[in-house]
Amino acid sequence: MRRAGVLLMAALLPALAAPPVVIRNANVITITKGNFKGSVLLRDGKIEAFGEKIVIPSGAEIIDAAGQYVMPGIIDPHSHIASESVNEGSISVSSMVTIEDVLNPEDIAIYRALAGGVTTAAIMHGSANAVGGQSAVIKMRWGKNAAGILFGNAKPILKLALGENPKRRGNPTGQTPPRYPASRMGVEDVIRQAFTEARNYRDAWREYEAKVKRGERALPPRKDLKLEPLVEVLEGKRLVHAHCYRADEILMILRLADEFGFRIHALVHALEGYKVAKEIAAHNAGATTFSDWWAYKMEVADAIPYNAALMFKKGVQVSLNSDDAELMRRLNLEAAKVVKYGGVSENDALAMITIMPARQLGIEDRVGSIEIGKDADLVIFDRHPLSSYAKVQKVIIDGEVYFDRDRDATERTAREREKKALIEKARERQKQSAAPARRPS
Amino acid sequence: MKSTILLLLLSLGAAGVHAKPPSTYAIRGARIVTVSGATLEKGTVLIRGGLIQDVGANVDIPADAWVIDGHGLIVYPGLIDSLSTLGLAEAEPADAPAGQRRSPPAAQQTPARGPEDRPATTSWLRAADMINPADRRIESARNAGFTNAVTFPQRGMFAGQGAVIALAGERPGDMVVATPAGMYLTLSTAGSGGFPSSLMGVMAYIRQVYLDAEHYKLARQQYASRANGAQRLPYDRALEGVLEAPRILLPASRAVEIERMLKFAAELKTPAVLYGGHEAYRAADVLRKTGTPLLINLRWPERGREEDPERMDSLRILRLRELAPSSPAELAKAGCRFAFYTGGIPMRDLRKAVKRALDAGLSHADAVRAFTLSPAEIYGVADRLGSIDRGKIANLVITDGELFAERTQIKYIFVDGVKYEPLPEPAEEREANR
Repeated sequence: MRRAGVLLMAALLPALAAPPVVIRNANVITITKGNFKGSVLLRDGKIEAFGEKIVIPSGAEIIDAAGQYVMPGIIDPHSHIASESVNEGSISVSSMVTIEDVLNPEDIAIYRALAGGVTTAAIMHGSANAVGGQSAVIKMRWGKNAAGILFGNAKPILKLALGENPKRRGNPTGQTPPRYPASRMGVEDVIRQAFTEARNYRDAWREYEAKVKRGERALPPRKDLKLEPLVEVLEGKRLVHAHCYRADEILMILRLADEFGFRIHALVHALEGYKVAKEIAAHNAGATTFSDWWAYKMEVADAIPYNAALMFKKGVQVSLNSDDAELMRRLNLEAAKVVKYGGVSENDALAMITIMPARQLGIEDRVGSIEIGKDADLVIFDRHPLSSYAKVQKVIIDGEVYFDRDRDATERTAREREKKALIEKARERQKQSAAPARRPS
Repeated sequence: MKSTILLLLLSLGAAGVHAKPPSTYAIRGARIVTVSGATLEKGTVLIRGGLIQDVGANVDIPADAWVIDGHGLIVYPGLIDSLSTLGLAEAEPADAPAGQRRSPPAAQQTPARGPEDRPATTSWLRAADMINPADRRIESARNAGFTNAVTFPQRGMFAGQGAVIALAGERPGDMVVATPAGMYLTLSTAGSGGFPSSLMGVMAYIRQVYLDAEHYKLARQQYASRANGAQRLPYDRALEGVLEAPRILLPASRAVEIERMLKFAAELKTPAVLYGGHEAYRAADVLRKTGTPLLINLRWPERGREEDPERMDSLRILRLRELAPSSPAELAKAGCRFAFYTGGIPMRDLRKAVKRALDAGLSHADAVRAFTLSPAEIYGVADRLGSIDRGKIANLVITDGELFAERTQIKYIFVDGVKYEPLPEPAEEREANR
């Protein structure tokens, strides 16, 4: 009898562990499968069904979203939060460094981005040098550890940088010794040199492997962490995101990539992309840009708010990125501005913060739209997400609610209370340690 | 203090009464905290030739032994400071936080252009070769009950090889108990604008050095097996040092850092010891799973006195300051290996620092172990240090009450069987330590 009970319990456990979630009565924006009023069913971290009328499984947790809007979680393809390093700017080729080593899952910016509807972001190396480091794609699983926030099986990405930033340290500043390059030509040279070196390195390994195959005695080449990721780029195993602003440098990097036979998956910023949109589209490069952030240095003087729209109309995959912890919290409004300037449709504007960045990161088979089998990453807004009055109500990642506006409000008071008590205790300790030390008699 | 001293004049040579200290002591009728086994409520420790010759309830005391009446006294194994710079002349300022010391080695002048330049690397330095017996901190530590320290060069990323030293001795060579004890790593950047300039750069560098060391070893073997007709291998002292280290010490204070360094150590395929450990109360699970030992810094985190009073500390920082001393208790509960290090706190604050760990739930026995047998095990010297057992080095601390208790006085300290009696610190030094 008792054993049967235990067995029954065991059989029920997996089902009890994660009940399916149904969001119903919502205005659903799927991005790729149209809009409708109805429900979305989430089970085991995936989207299982959606539609105007779906069968609600027994035991499902119901979220009533009457009058609210459900869309896929926002994806920021260029961010620097949740990391303890941004640049390894000391050298011009720093492809050996990786953001994954230094993720900080306790950065409060993660929670803030989450509260702005962002569920996935690519944490990028900065733009201080021509060949930067390796990125990490994360999900905003606030409360999890470094391994727990990793997107998981995302394609690796390498950052390149063109223009003013990578050449800045070429000029003596008095603080640090100058470092090549000091010009745009030099930047191109550094990148070409790096990939040439990578090609030779790959050949050296091939030669070694051939020798081993022939049964010859050989010493393997020294494994070089700087060149390994570049070889991955050459072999198409690693995506490339290139920081750029001006039309001339955009054309330069596209030609250089063609020369070495790899693709630029995203031109980052690309504020002059509208001038060379046709060429960008021809290379099949994506572009990730700002809506109206410019005039912070010379090379961004020719920026216009129509950039995203113009590139998009020429057939470029366009996304919007934040590059900033604050802007990251309201990427939906960045999308809204693309509707205002350039007349992109509401749906296409939202695609620029969901499916298009997903494609640029090579994760479009898992996120970026509401489709059956995709990760259950959703955000619920109280109004249309392109409205400047819209507020995020709930954010769901892998079927789990990670942000809830009401829960947040309740937790705030408890946290305040705990903080006060801890400050009081610390004060007590300080008082005690300030007491004069007992002198030995 | 009432101790009977039995002196056998016959044992003295022609050089005179005070020329040579006795080499045989018997501490009789004392409470003996062996740490490795049960505590003897009334027992005798017999010291001869610098070693513990016998310990037990019934020990025959030889005629030539100086006898110390142990009535009312407690004998502990000598304490070990598991991470220090004691005995090293060029010590860093004691209050630089672990793992964040800024200064690169003096040799690094031009900015490094990459891992090949071996920035901030002095892995070939050996603490054992740099011991200065005149370091004044040695006596102060000994007076507080420390008979040993594991001392490391601490500048740069690969700072150098540590040594287990005895905190007494005339010549540097007398003081070295075991070397190399491990390689001290920090995650400090190279400075002077060179590579690496970021935490991720430092980690990439360390990773590359371990790959290089593996390659170097292979190349060396191949060359040794057939040198004739083969390309000569350049000698790389940085890699020689790396290959020599039996273990590495990695800084990890926050829970995030502990997880990060555990993952990193596994990747480097080298036995690792973490140091810092203030937020270990949140990481006991992973530490137990990996079995990686942790050295806990007794300089508990507090808000700096000079800090802007307007500054708001985050909840995590506030919790850390309150809960850091609960780390040892949490680790003990989880069955993790850990040891204490003083982190350069003044010795007069030691009691207070230990008390915070005890107040947070650490048992007195576990606290004593974290200063004795645990560090000895972590550094692989438990065959000679860390407990009161036959054959181990006669390093003892003898008190008139429970160690770390408020009114307890240290009566004697034995280092290598030589007896020391602590004197109160001179007033001048007390001021200097402030």
